Amino acid sequence: METKTIKDSETSIKVTEKISGSEAIVRCLIEEEVKIIYGYPGGAIMPVYDELFKYQDKIHHVLTRHEQGATHSAQGFARISGKVGVAIATSGPGATNLITGIADAQIDSTPMVCITGQVPSHLLGSDAFQETDIVGISTPVTKWNCQVTKAADIPEALAKAFYIARSGRPGPVLVDITKDAQFEEFDFTYEKCTKVRSYNPIPKTDFSSLEAAAKLINTAKKPFIIWGQGIILSEAEDQLKALIEKAGIPAAWTILGASAIETSHPLNVGMLGMHGNYAPNVLTNECDVLIAIGMRFDDRVTGKLDEYATQAKVIHFEIDPAEIDKNVKTEVAVLGDAKASLEAILPLINENSHTEWHQKFKELYAIEYEKVIKNDLHPTKEGLTMGEVIKEINTQSKGNAAIVTDVGQHQMIACRYAEFNKTKSNITSGGLGTMGFGLPAAIGAKMAAPEREVVSISGDGGYQMTIQELGTIFQQKAAVKVVVLNNDFLGMVRQWQQLFFDNRYASTEMVNPNFVAIAEGYYIKARKVTKREELAEAIAEMMESKEAYFLEVCVEKEGNVFPMVPSGASVSEIRLE
Amino acid sequence: MNTKTRLYTISVYTENNIGLLNRISAIFQRRHINIESLNISPSEIEGVAKFSIVVYMTEVNIKKIIGQIEKQIEVIKAYYHSDENTIYQISGLFKIKSDLLFEEPQIQNIIKESNARIVTVNTNFFVIEKSGKKDEIVKLHEQLSVFGIMQYTRSGRVAITKDEMKISTLLESYNN
Repeated sequence: METKTIKDSETSIKVTEKISGSEAIVRCLIEEEVKIIYGYPGGAIMPVYDELFKYQDKIHHVLTRHEQGATHSAQGFARISGKVGVAIATSGPGATNLITGIADAQIDSTPMVCITGQVPSHLLGSDAFQETDIVGISTPVTKWNCQVTKAADIPEALAKAFYIARSGRPGPVLVDITKDAQFEEFDFTYEKCTKVRSYNPIPKTDFSSLEAAAKLINTAKKPFIIWGQGIILSEAEDQLKALIEKAGIPAAWTILGASAIETSHPLNVGMLGMHGNYAPNVLTNECDVLIAIGMRFDDRVTGKLDEYATQAKVIHFEIDPAEIDKNVKTEVAVLGDAKASLEAILPLINENSHTEWHQKFKELYAIEYEKVIKNDLHPTKEGLTMGEVIKEINTQSKGNAAIVTDVGQHQMIACRYAEFNKTKSNITSGGLGTMGFGLPAAIGAKMAAPEREVVSISGDGGYQMTIQELGTIFQQKAAVKVVVLNNDFLGMVRQWQQLFFDNRYASTEMVNPNFVAIAEGYYIKARKVTKREELAEAIAEMMESKEAYFLEVCVEKEGNVFPMVPSGASVSEIRLE
Repeated sequence: MNTKTRLYTISVYTENNIGLLNRISAIFQRRHINIESLNISPSEIEGVAKFSIVVYMTEVNIKKIIGQIEKQIEVIKAYYHSDENTIYQISGLFKIKSDLLFEEPQIQNIIKESNARIVTVNTNFFVIEKSGKKDEIVKLHEQLSVFGIMQYTRSGRVAITKDEMKISTLLESYNN
């Protein structure tokens, strides 16, 4: 049943046909060019699954092993492709299981549309079987949400959902659809949403703010750029590079900004924040103009706010007006889309090199190399380090892999040491710090970009939070490379216990299962490495595999991640040991 | 900028949608801010609702709250005002035993002097209504308490700003 548009010279008349609400949901997805969705069936969403069965040649539904996995897969899909990820679940527990992923997408600005089934509208509010107020529950963690109780409202609600999810500062949207609305028949037409009256996704850029910013940048002696995911979301990688090269400004990134500019770029001075690089943290408190682009001054980046860059004039390029002055007071706020703003400011910027200033970064890097990096990447002691595993993956992937991480020590090490040649190559849970994110996100990323090598790196803790998604890998034949850096500890919490709680290791030691046997139970090729001599060869075997591959690397049990800005300390108080 | 806590009225112009109240109140809840009073009504523009929210906050924080309210998809615009910049009123209702109206002649004087009005009288009770500033309602409450009040309630603040709000212009600019 197709909706035909008859066009004559003057008018276009849409011919509609009666279809069910559930079929309309699937047709809306097709109209939005959705090809893959992640989900889990159940009572209140069954009519939609019945339609998905009919339309399986157009939309590939991926059955994850838990609804949380569906959201993280949709996130991984969105992060590597820049498109909207879609997750679908039933009412009640199906819907509540989506919440962690939705909250993660909200804080990390990931475009995602979640569709949930709901009990029939006459039962709403009656504590019906599998009824939960998912609109109420998801309100604080969604960019927008709504409940649909009539089939005729479905196309408009979904069109709006996709538009809101992807436009402006992206985010997750939830549409809850009652079962009677799924069964009801109505005249279907679909029109993409291009605006919502009360919503202004991209604030207008004031040219005078660009001029003021350019003036500050041109007169700065020690300018410093810090960029975030805004660069990737607005696809402003080339514009950012042009700016830093023209003005000769050292530039550092937040964890979600990683990979926007290749790691090897001479003006890329590394990662900001609690476990970021030494130079960018220390020199944040020495620069005279701090240029923040598409980042939101998270507390893990700023450390103690009262002592954060107080000497510097701050320029903030930002799409979300609510971020301006939220944490750090700005001198000049440039509202708008990062790509457009950077394009507009470039002609106003003078060429410069700031050689002496850049030299400072090099000097501090040398200190960090001696104290931290050398031992992480070229250890001489017994016991594998997480760093040397990442280094080996870099070497063998030539920096072309997409690295999907979970949360904890391995995440910090991976983000510190991974080499990225391509943008959208670092997929991780930044703001929410969701353990269990990595494995399902890697599945979504691999399915969105099958041509890319996708390496999932997890710790033994987070891996077991969504380990059941190995079933999804097996069923979907998703060629994800799964690395677990196993130290038999919840390593990051243990590190804090060691440093700040007098070595009291409360509930951080893990008695782990036979991970290789578990992977093999899902018919996934698996291997375990305990010795340095085996590492390179095992990673080679993994990288050469055309199918999914599981590699457990037993690393030193009590390794710590340094540098570290202790909680509540200033960024310049960063510790190297 | 003022970092002292003071009373502000927040005006929020919104689409009239189910769930928006939840979305807006959640922003205050997250920061552990108590809403002193809340009123939602139609506004001067057809189809546009207006929230009047009264809170004790610092100016630094209220600016952040305004940003987070405006960020909600169905919010058209949010403003904050100090008392000097608004004309505002609240209303109080007092239910009192009818006998007292005759037994205590003072009550009639209080009603007269406070510019309150009697809304209804029957054999059992009568109801007094008083609009004005909060202090005036509180004072009337104190005066009438002496005689015994059967029921008392006070509305949230409704406020109109001295400055022009330009919501229609804003809506037009969004539509173009």
